[in-house]
Parts: sequence; C-alpha cells; structure tokens
Amino acid sequence: MVQLHDLDLYHIDALLTDEERMIRDTVRQWAADRVLPHIEEWAWNEHFPIELVPEMAKLGLLGANYPDYDLPGLGGVGYGLINQELERADSGLRSFVSVQSALVMYPILQWGSKEQKDRWIPRLGHGEAIGCFGLTEPDFGSNPGAMRTTAVQDGQEWVLNGEKAWITNGSIADIAVVWARTPGGVRGFLVERGTPGFTAVDHHGKYSLRASVTSQLVFEDCRIPADAILPGTTGLKNPLMCLTQARYGIAWGALGSAMATFSAARDYAVSRIQFGGRPIAAHQLQQEKLVWMYSEIVKGQLLVLQLGRMKDAGTMTHQAVSLAKRNNVWVARECAKLAREIHGAAGIVNEYPIMRHLMNIETVYTYEGTHDIHTLILGQYLTGIPAFDPPHPAE
Amino acid sequence: MKCIVCMTHVPDTASIIKIGADGKHIDETGIKWIVSPYDEYALEEALKLADEGKADEVTVVTYGPQRAEAGLRECLARGAHKAVHIVGGEKTLGDSLAIAKVLAAALKDREYDVILVGVKGVGTDNSQVGQMLAELLDLPHVSNVVKIDWNDGAVAVEREVEGGHEVVESPLPAVLTAQKGLNEPRYAALKGIMAAKRKPVEKIELSALGLDEDTLAGADATYNVRSLELPPEKAAGTIIQGEDDPQAAAAELVKLLHEEAKAF
Ligand SMILES: Cc1cc2nc3c(=O)[nH]c(=O)nc-3n(C[C@H](O)[C@H](O)[C@H](O)COP(=O)(O)OP(=O)(O)OC[C@H]3O[C@@H](n4cnc5c(N)ncnc54)[C@H](O)[C@@H]3O)c2cc1C
Repeated sequence: MVQLHDLDLYHIDALLTDEERMIRDTVRQWAADRVLPHIEEWAWNEHFPIELVPEMAKLGLLGANYPDYDLPGLGGVGYGLINQELERADSGLRSFVSVQSALVMYPILQWGSKEQKDRWIPRLGHGEAIGCFGLTEPDFGSNPGAMRTTAVQDGQEWVLNGEKAWITNGSIADIAVVWARTPGGVRGFLVERGTPGFTAVDHHGKYSLRASVTSQLVFEDCRIPADAILPGTTGLKNPLMCLTQARYGIAWGALGSAMATFSAARDYAVSRIQFGGRPIAAHQLQQEKLVWMYSEIVKGQLLVLQLGRMKDAGTMTHQAVSLAKRNNVWVARECAKLAREIHGAAGIVNEYPIMRHLMNIETVYTYEGTHDIHTLILGQYLTGIPAFDPPHPAE
Repeated sequence: MKCIVCMTHVPDTASIIKIGADGKHIDETGIKWIVSPYDEYALEEALKLADEGKADEVTVVTYGPQRAEAGLRECLARGAHKAVHIVGGEKTLGDSLAIAKVLAAALKDREYDVILVGVKGVGTDNSQVGQMLAELLDLPHVSNVVKIDWNDGAVAVEREVEGGHEVVESPLPAVLTAQKGLNEPRYAALKGIMAAKRKPVEKIELSALGLDEDTLAGADATYNVRSLELPPEKAAGTIIQGEDDPQAAAAELVKLLHEEAKAF
C-alpha cells in the first residue's frame, strides 16, 4: 500500500521536528495494529472500542497537549498529528479523544476549582474516567446561545432541568460537562454519572460515527452540589472557547480521513484493470481525481501546520481555526466521495474503508460548527457584518 | 543491573527499495529509517528489567551515520536511560566483523551485566554481529533467544533451534541475541517522546576508539559488495478456475506443474 510519506512532494516531513515525527509514527503504528484490523466490524456493530481506552491513556493520548498533572504537554503540531493519525483510522476514535481532551479536560483545567482539577484531571488522563460535553439541545444546534437547559440555585444545591442532544460519549461518561442558563448567564457544571434526575439515552440508527457513542442527556430536577459549578465560567464564550480547541484538532483529524481515502483510491486505481488490460489509473479522468485529492491534502497540511505554529505562539484566532476546520473537512468529504467513485462497486462495501469514512465525515462536516456556520464566521471577519441572524422582515 | 542494547537503524521493512547509481548501495532518497525490529525485542527485554526494578540503567548503543540518532531517540522515548552514538558506518555497512570491532572498542571499558543485540539487522540479515562482539569482548553468548529467566549473576535462556527449543544457562555478563517471540515491544508513550530529547546522547568519533573507517572498509575489510541487484520481477500467476469442475482443474494443475513448471 502506498504511504503518503512516499509521496511527500512538498517535504512536509522536513517541517516537523523529530519528536513530532515520532509522535505521528507511534500513533499511526498503534492505530494500524490495534484499530484497523477490527474497525469495520466495530462500525458495523455500532461498537465503540471502550476496551482500548486504557491503551490510549497509556500512550498519553488523553489530554496530550496539557503539561499539568504529569500529562505529556505536547505542542500544537504534535497534538494535531495525534488527531490526524486517529482519524486516519476512524473519526469515531478521534472524536472520543477530542471530546475527552478539548471539551472535558480543557474546561476543567481552565475554569475548574483546584478540587475539581485534582479529582478529575488525573482520572480523565489515565482513562479511568470518561467525559462528555453537553452543549447542543434538540432545538438548538448552531445557535446554542438560545439553549433552554436551566440551572437554578436552591440552598446548597443547583437544580438542572432540560435536555441535551447528540452528545458524544454521553451514556458512557462518568462526568458530563453541562452548559446551562442561570440567572447570571450561561455557566458550566460537572454532573456525575448516576446523579438522580440525570439520564443518558443513546441515539440509534446512525449511519455515521457508528464506532462512537452519541446520546441524549436528560435532566429532570437534577440536584447537584453547589461546588459542581465550574467557578471560572461566565458566559457562552466559555463553551465556544472549548469548541475552538476541539475544532483545531478536527482540522488535523479531517486530513487523516482524507489521507485514508486518498491512499485507498490510489492503490485501487493502479491495481484495478479495465479496458485493454490497463489499470483505471491510466485514464486521465481518474488521474485528475487523484491529483485533486493529493493537491488539496498537501494544501490542507500546510494550513494546519501554520495554524499549529500560531497556536504555540499564542497568535491563533478562532477565525483562523474556522478557516482550517471548514476547508479541511470539506476536502476530506470531497476526497471520500471521489474515492468512492474510483472504487466503483467495491466502494460501497466494508471490504474497503471508503464508505465508513464517507459516512463519518458527514458528522464531522456538521458538528463543531457546520460548514455554513464557519462560512458565516469568516464572512463576518471579512465584512464586519454578522449574518447569522439577519434582520427579520417587519414584525 | 546495567544493560547495554545494541541498535541498528535500518530502512523501514515497508520501504520500496531502489538500487543506487553505483550499483553497490541502495538509493536512500525517500527511505524511512526505523529501529531494526529485532533490536526492538532486545530493547524491550532490557526495559522490562528496568520496569521490574532489576535494571537501573539501560544504555542503547549504535554505530551509524548522523541520521541514526533518530533511532536512538526512539529507544530513549520508549524508556532507555541514555545512548551512545559512534558516528560513521556508511563504508562498513554489512561488514559484521567491522561493526563488531567498533562496538567492542566502544564497550570494552564500560560497566555492564548483559549486552542484548537483535539476532540480525533487517536488510543485511547477516546474524553475526552479536556473536562476533561476544568473541571480541571474550564473553559467553547465546543466540536466537526467545525466553530469558534472570537469576543472580546468571541467566537461563531458551533459544530457538531447528524443530524445538534448547535451554542454555550462562553466567553474566553475556551477549544475548534476541529473536522474534522474545516479547511484544511496547509503543513509545507521548511523555517518553517528550522526555527523550532531554536524555543524554554521547557522541563518539571512531578516531577516539583508535579506529579508522577507511582501514576497516579497506585493508581490514572481510566483506566486499561487488554488486546489488533487485530480485527479478515475479511473472503473473496462472489461476485455474476450479469451482465448476474440481477434478478437471486438478488434472490441469498436475499437467502444468509437470510440463510448464517442470516440478516433477
Ligand atoms: C455524531 C454527532 C456527535 C455530536 N457530538 C456533540 C457533542 O459531543 N456535544 C455537543 O454539544 N454537540 C454535539 N453534536 C451536535 C452538533 O454540534 C450539532 O449537530 C451542530 O452544532 C449542528 O446543529 P443542528 O444539528 O441542530 O443543526 P442546525 O443548527 O439545525 O442546522 C441545520 C442546517 O441549517 C444550517 N444553518 C443553521 N443556522 C444557520 C444560519 N444562521 N445561516 C445559515 N445556515 C444555517 C446549518 O449549517 C445546517 O446545514 C454532535 C452531532 C453529531 C451528529
């Protein structure tokens, strides 16, 4: 099988440090050994490989970019490469790591009390606890600011009411980071599994991200202690900052998906014989598809590399992240479709990884800000005019 | 205990090998280099000893060009404590005795209880360096090792022999050459990778060992590459369809084996 590193026209390898290459190769090897042999079966059976969580923790994949609590403290590019290699295997696995690291450990580290950090960060980092992040609601996806979930203080407790939808890791989580409206604005809360009034029910019938758990969280007069609030949270900007972290990883992850479908398509095109005993790759139409995929992957890599260096320098803006998430997930989605075409009928069966990646990327295109929403974020950046909520016709 | 692990940096086994312009070396452009898989077994054995508290120092040693430092860092990332890099080796590639002489010169004054070496370096596949090193250092050696029981100052070792396993006891220090099956090498953890750059890599020039690569590869050479060729391309196979009429297919196979392949 062709490896992209054999096709490194832009010497992207040389832009990485020795450590970054080692991180990439280690995670790639781990995924090749431990995930790829089973992933089609897991996805088919809607199985999230929870049994791999201890191994992922041992490798240091959970909270890898934080230096606190004896975590590995990787730089932006190293962290990005983890996402790339996990998603090269499957978007579900990458989603698990993104949620645990960027959406659960990050807010606890940023806005949690010392007790909350001491209690949760080591367990989340060691894979002894799983976390989830509840922002989206059944009626509010792209517009989370309109959320209905509320938290009101009652003596020494907070009382939560409302519903969250499409929550990755929901039913397997030991700890949920839940965003709720309080009289003082949107705040974050830590809700432990098994708290009375809190239930999690899985979404079934997913065609996408089948090797990942997605659940609905329901809070009915769910009482949590006063110190379950993340004390540093002040408003909607807190969950949005979490999303910036996660989207950064997704911009890298999407490239992994694109690399997987490209490599498979390239191998298939040179080996599949049609017309005159020649491979389909001998036809210009197929070459054009491969060239498109490859060019976009190379461009996407340069994009996230620069983004990673900016992240480390502290100059990365959320708009820059939007550009990379929007571009690279779109590239991955197009690559999956082109790879599907190149595989012909073989592209629809799980003997090849194509259809799984194709279906997975539909989720990635939608979550963490849909492609459209990132277009609007960038549109506002360019014009100064927010177009999310255009003027309503005279009411 | 103090463990020495000898490591060689070799082309990734999945690399597409091309012959270089001189017809005597491989073309190294685009080659990805890795720790030779048999050396990974050797390293893992030492790291297990360290995990169990039986070894307090694991030192990885290589004789190789500058790029081999990446292989040493990989071993440090997995948990080795320090590394020694004898820089050179381009001219003596494949000359097991020259390599063993260099390693012996670098190791002879060091303190160690065991030297672990891969049974062979992937690519040149000579399976000789470990044994030669032992002879030069005047140490006992056991080759093809698939299991080691560590006792006080001695080892009981299982080695792979034709059709079975042989159990050999040896005093320490000794040289053991690691065979596939000895253990399951670990992955480097990300923390280990980050820590590796802070661990010491001692650089040694051949001249400091009183050796000289031109002499090793010239007057003293025991190994000389005349030419390197790729194996001939495999001809396309013949598939005999047998689902409808297996008997006819079997008869056809026998006929082809006899008349075309001249197998009997
Ligand atoms: C598998 C999976 C896992 C998920 N995991 C999580 C999780 O862990 N935590 C979490 O909180 N959420 C999670 N989500 C939810 C995800 O973030 C939302 O689905 C996403 O924000 C979009 O919201 P929506 O589905 O309600 O779509 P909507 O917001 O209803 O959007 C529908 C369509 O309208 C478009 N649209 C919306 N508003 C505008 C506008 N102003 N202008 C133009 N077009 C617009 C959108 O681009 C989209 O095409 C997950 C989703 C999936 C599918």
